[in-house]
Amino acid sequence: MAKAAPSAGNRPKILVFSTNTISDPGIDLAGSQHMSYSPSVKVISVPCSGGIHPNWVLYALEAGFDGVFIAADGGDCACLPDCTARTARIVERAQGLLKERGSDPRRVKMAAICSVCSEPFVSHMRQFTEALSKL
Amino acid sequence: MIGKRIGAFLCHCGGNISDYVDEEKVRAAVEKESGVAVAKTFLFACSEASQEEMIRTIREEKLDGIVIASCSPKLHLDTFRAMARRSGINRYMYTQVNVREQCSWAHRHEREEATEKAIRLVRAGVAHSRLGVPLTDLRIETTPAALVVGAGVAGMRAALALSDMGIAVYLVEQAARVGGRVPAWGKMFPNDREGAEIVDTLLQAIRRRENITLFTGAEVVEKRGSVGDFSVKVRAADGTEEIALRVGAIVVATGFDPYLPAAGEFGYGAPGVVTLPEFRELLPAAEGKLRYRDREVRNIVYIYCVGSRQAAAKENPRPNLYCSRYCCTAAVHTALLAAGVDAGVNQYHLYRDMRTYGKNEILFEEAGRKGSVFLRYPDDAPPVVERPGGELLVRVRDVLLGGEEIGIPADLVVLVTGMAPRENANLVNVLKLPVGAGGFFNEIHPKLRPVETMIDGVFISGAAQGPKTLAESVASSLAAVSKGAALLLKGYVDLSPLVAKVDTEACAWCGECGNACPYDGAVERVRQGGKEVAYVHPALCKGCGGCVPVCPAEAVGLEGYTNDQVKAMIDALVREIV
Ligand SMILES: Cc1cc2nc3c(=O)[nH]c(=O)nc-3n(C[C@H](O)[C@H](O)[C@H](O)COP(=O)(O)OP(=O)(O)OC[C@H]3O[C@@H](n4cnc5c(N)ncnc54)[C@H](O)[C@@H]3O)c2cc1C
Ligand code: SF4
Ligand code: SF4
Ligand code: SF4
Repeated sequence: MAKAAPSAGNRPKILVFSTNTISDPGIDLAGSQHMSYSPSVKVISVPCSGGIHPNWVLYALEAGFDGVFIAADGGDCACLPDCTARTARIVERAQGLLKERGSDPRRVKMAAICSVCSEPFVSHMRQFTEALSKL
Repeated sequence: MIGKRIGAFLCHCGGNISDYVDEEKVRAAVEKESGVAVAKTFLFACSEASQEEMIRTIREEKLDGIVIASCSPKLHLDTFRAMARRSGINRYMYTQVNVREQCSWAHRHEREEATEKAIRLVRAGVAHSRLGVPLTDLRIETTPAALVVGAGVAGMRAALALSDMGIAVYLVEQAARVGGRVPAWGKMFPNDREGAEIVDTLLQAIRRRENITLFTGAEVVEKRGSVGDFSVKVRAADGTEEIALRVGAIVVATGFDPYLPAAGEFGYGAPGVVTLPEFRELLPAAEGKLRYRDREVRNIVYIYCVGSRQAAAKENPRPNLYCSRYCCTAAVHTALLAAGVDAGVNQYHLYRDMRTYGKNEILFEEAGRKGSVFLRYPDDAPPVVERPGGELLVRVRDVLLGGEEIGIPADLVVLVTGMAPRENANLVNVLKLPVGAGGFFNEIHPKLRPVETMIDGVFISGAAQGPKTLAESVASSLAAVSKGAALLLKGYVDLSPLVAKVDTEACAWCGECGNACPYDGAVERVRQGGKEVAYVHPALCKGCGGCVPVCPAEAVGLEGYTNDQVKAMIDALVREIV
């Protein structure tokens, strides 16, 4: 590596909720194309982003993650036709819970990642890592 | 959870994983995890020999669950689930952990960090398997009968093909007659067969089949049950009679509506301005000379793409963006038929793009040879139909003449109208059919799953799916038949057990899950142990999880993604590595 990256231990820990059929392939593709992002990013896959419980987001942040990123389906979802709107509501509720606890709502982020979205995923991870470092 | 024995198998993937991740370190760390009975590494986990060794290990160590850290589950989830089954453990007690695409390949320059991440990911997999429960696919015996809705050519061909395979068919047609749109067209491309004759041949064949029951003047008014075993009700249009049927699959072939221009759209409504379907009805009666309202027709002007490929505009907020596919060929073919009646008639075709694809290109060339003149108009400057002094005049800018404006006097202006989705609100409601952006019924995927819908066991076909020529409509109806028949001839369907389940202790029936669920009948209110609780019907639940986030008591969870599993995985991902 050209420059010494801060060790994983110092980089913000990000939990990504991703979906089996839409964003997982996009995230996989990033790896297949040997694009790199912070190893502090960990992914948990679910069938649809409209099925993520806001309590999980809260739980992850309380357990030690610095940020939670929800890869929404962006309208392609075969499970729930209105899943983007549902996911947005989940994010809102999670942010509400965070505020109640005096935590920064910017620790939760949502963006559409599709099955070929390798570059957008990597750049989202870079930006979110930076944003969380500043909080 | 206590007492579960988990095996963790770590794959080197040649060097694809082990070059970037210290697999021995991962193995040693994972071996110390509570619940892990054995941790091993493999050069290629997917190889026959490795799978045999895993099976031996599972049996010798009497494992209850396994975790394999390897490539993406997209590649080998099914391979390893099958291996788990062969070994004698439940295939849902297997968890695949992606340490290749999502770890070794993404962090190739950070060996230490990648190794640490792999340890955490495998630990999360172990947590997932430890909290997993053995699940069995839900097996449903199928009823060897099918319902076909709509007896146009697509529906009739579907009925015959299903009957050929020994499947009983109920063919339900709303109109008094079968055949749909086709009998109105007279001679049809590509081989000039009469539409009515095609329909008649099919009807004769259907009448000879003992296993096809045809209902005309009838409608489907109710559907219950799920894939493999639907109960439907068919009612006579006059409301006199109602019949209950049981079928295993449903094929929808309800066709399209020809686009109807608005008054004044390209002069529509003025005498001498007709749609393509209207012109087709004039044609068969004509002999020697073409006549319209007792006047001989010398000049015909066709305007293409009417009602298709529209741009959004203030007066048309929901434009038909799609190309109707059939109309270029139908218009060119119509010109050939008209030239057949009167070789001297002048025909001008004002088109945007000539989409006489495939062999239909031959018809386009032939029309040119028979005297048709083709002028291409710009996308943003469609022709204008006027009536100065009571005679029709079409003004058009010809792209190939550098945009020069030409005026063509016309006796008849034929609007080459596209296909529009057919209004079918009742059926959509009864069958819960997904409707796509253009208003036609929506398949799961246009290329990968082109006739299946989100409702298992309900298939779509023909022009009900989107604009299609007759041959394309039949091809899609036969595709729906093979999907439906494959389901019914097997005798059963296995449904994924990864569906929602309610913890009845925690549930206090608030109804939120039912409100959030988009699938009819999946959530029911039942009485249990002296209180009301939610019950999720495993055959109707799609496992989307839409009900999960709305439950205030965290009482509903998806199998394989339960609240407990997700939280345990989160813990495992952040817990310190010692
Ligand atoms: C002017 C014109 C000319 C054409 N010429 C040609 C040609 O020359 N060659 C060619 O290949 N294609 C041609 N086509 C296209 C052709 O008409 C279609 O491909 C074909 O009709 C599609 O068949 P279908 O069975 O899917 O639909 P349809 O023909 O529309 O039949 C659908 C049937 O379903 C019934 N139905 C609808 N709703 C319900 C309900 N709720 N319950 C029960 N029944 C219902 C309808 O009553 C109808 O009988 C032409 C189209 C037009 C408009
Ligand atoms: S088939 Fe031809 S006339 Fe019909 S919409 Fe497409 S381009 Fe236009
Ligand atoms: S949302 Fe939860 S508590 Fe309410 S009915 Fe459904 S399962 Fe029961
Ligand atoms: S998982 Fe989806 S389909 Fe199943 S009950 Fe919940 S919302 Fe309905």
